[in-house]
Amino acid sequence: MLLKYAFIFILSGFALVLPLVSIVAGAILGPRKPDPVKNDIYESGLNTIGDTWIQFRAQFYLIGLVFLVFDLEVVFLYPIAMAYGRPEFGMAAVLVTLLFMALLIVGLVYDWRKGGLEWQ
Amino acid sequence: MAEWYQVLMTALVGAGVPEWIATAIALLVGVTAIGLVAPLIALILVWLLRKVISRIQDRIGPNRVGRFGLLQTIADIVKLLSKEGINPSRADFMAYNLAPILSVFGVLLLFAVVPVTRGLIGVDINVGVLYIVALGSIGIMAALMAGWGSNNKYALLSGFRVVAQLLSYEIPLVLSMLAVVLYAGTMRFGELAEQQGNFLGLGWYVFLMPGAALIFFVCALAESEQTPFDLLEAESELIAGFHIEYSGMRFAMFFLAQFLGGFVFAWVGAAMFLGGWQGPGVDLPGIGGFLAAGYMMIKTFAVYLLMIWVRGTFPRLRVDQMMSFCWKILVPLTVSLISWQMVVQVLELPTPVIAVLVLVGNLLVMGIGLYAVGRAIRQEGFRTKRAFTPDSLIGTVQPVAE
Repeated sequence: MLLKYAFIFILSGFALVLPLVSIVAGAILGPRKPDPVKNDIYESGLNTIGDTWIQFRAQFYLIGLVFLVFDLEVVFLYPIAMAYGRPEFGMAAVLVTLLFMALLIVGLVYDWRKGGLEWQ
Repeated sequence: MAEWYQVLMTALVGAGVPEWIATAIALLVGVTAIGLVAPLIALILVWLLRKVISRIQDRIGPNRVGRFGLLQTIADIVKLLSKEGINPSRADFMAYNLAPILSVFGVLLLFAVVPVTRGLIGVDINVGVLYIVALGSIGIMAALMAGWGSNNKYALLSGFRVVAQLLSYEIPLVLSMLAVVLYAGTMRFGELAEQQGNFLGLGWYVFLMPGAALIFFVCALAESEQTPFDLLEAESELIAGFHIEYSGMRFAMFFLAQFLGGFVFAWVGAAMFLGGWQGPGVDLPGIGGFLAAGYMMIKTFAVYLLMIWVRGTFPRLRVDQMMSFCWKILVPLTVSLISWQMVVQVLELPTPVIAVLVLVGNLLVMGIGLYAVGRAIRQEGFRTKRAFTPDSLIGTVQPVAE
């Protein structure tokens, strides 16, 4: 059991080293002639006006929040799906699960009616 | 651990190597195999994409470097290696440099759990499907880091769009995979493939759950940033997307991640819905193993080719269309599909009846989904217009006389 995760751990080290090595190799093999114009922000040849890191639309926060709620509930469904249909998973558990799904649907309908899903 | 590991261990220990060294060697061999095969696959995928898209668009595509242009990608990599890696003066150093590394990191780790054939799988962990879902989020983070760290307005806009898109489409993706997990009762990719081996290896879940498979495919397109959903790199609006400020190898890393991401989703789809390595004759002694690995690769590449086909033919969606398609069509459909399946499975019915009911639910979901899309298209007033009827050109173009 532990060995499996050891494999993934080693692979994650490898997966970090592979792109790092190729980027470093690119930096060594490539030329290096920086100049102020080249290193400036690329905006189709125009001078940049104003700052990039400004306040952005609240819509993205809204999507993020809705996602957070939904994804959490959906991840809870995975352990339920694993236990579903086993004899220990009694009628009460099934009803709770269906209630859980109903909550998911009610949340979606509420969000829809409130206009949280409209993208202007 | 998987069979390849046992075989290696037996061989190494049999040769007199101490056990802990043998363990280390076996693990390293497995990791290196994945780490080397993945970039090689990406080489093939780039060539395949360019060649197929060219054919769809009536061009020849790469044909100069090597036979059929097969070495074109290697030439491109050599070019990218010799390019200058520009460090934008106003970028956020950490976020800007970490983003390409993280994007490859997230995709390479996915290769650990998808099976090639029986016993030939990195690790067959018992939370395989959840692992895929969890690691999918690292790519989102990398895209946001690149968009924010570049300090470029186009990159920032694109980064936001990517996050909104990938977050939204993750929910129907996860739910469509849940449909299979709920039916099969396992999250191991090895067992999922084993369970689809009925009817001469043709008892695939795609026949049982066509609706879930279709939704999985659409979401896989969106998650791997393929064409109908490639708003993040809409050239006419955002020039290039969140990797606009990147050059040289860092740019190449983003593309490596994107190609491998699409391929892994094709692979997962083939493993979950198309029966994995199952097919006629996989249980034969001797050639069965090779047949199984062959089936797996053929299915994966078939799904990937389907993705390329979609990429070559479909126009791009608008942002609001994409978001409402996800939240107003895909999410309600998948949620109701899961609820239906839960109700069906809890009734104590014989297995064939359950299968038929699940199939009916899936067909219903498919029908409602396609109807909703069709109605939306009619409301938008789209018409497929042609500038000319194709046959009007036939016979009018004459070869130049010598």
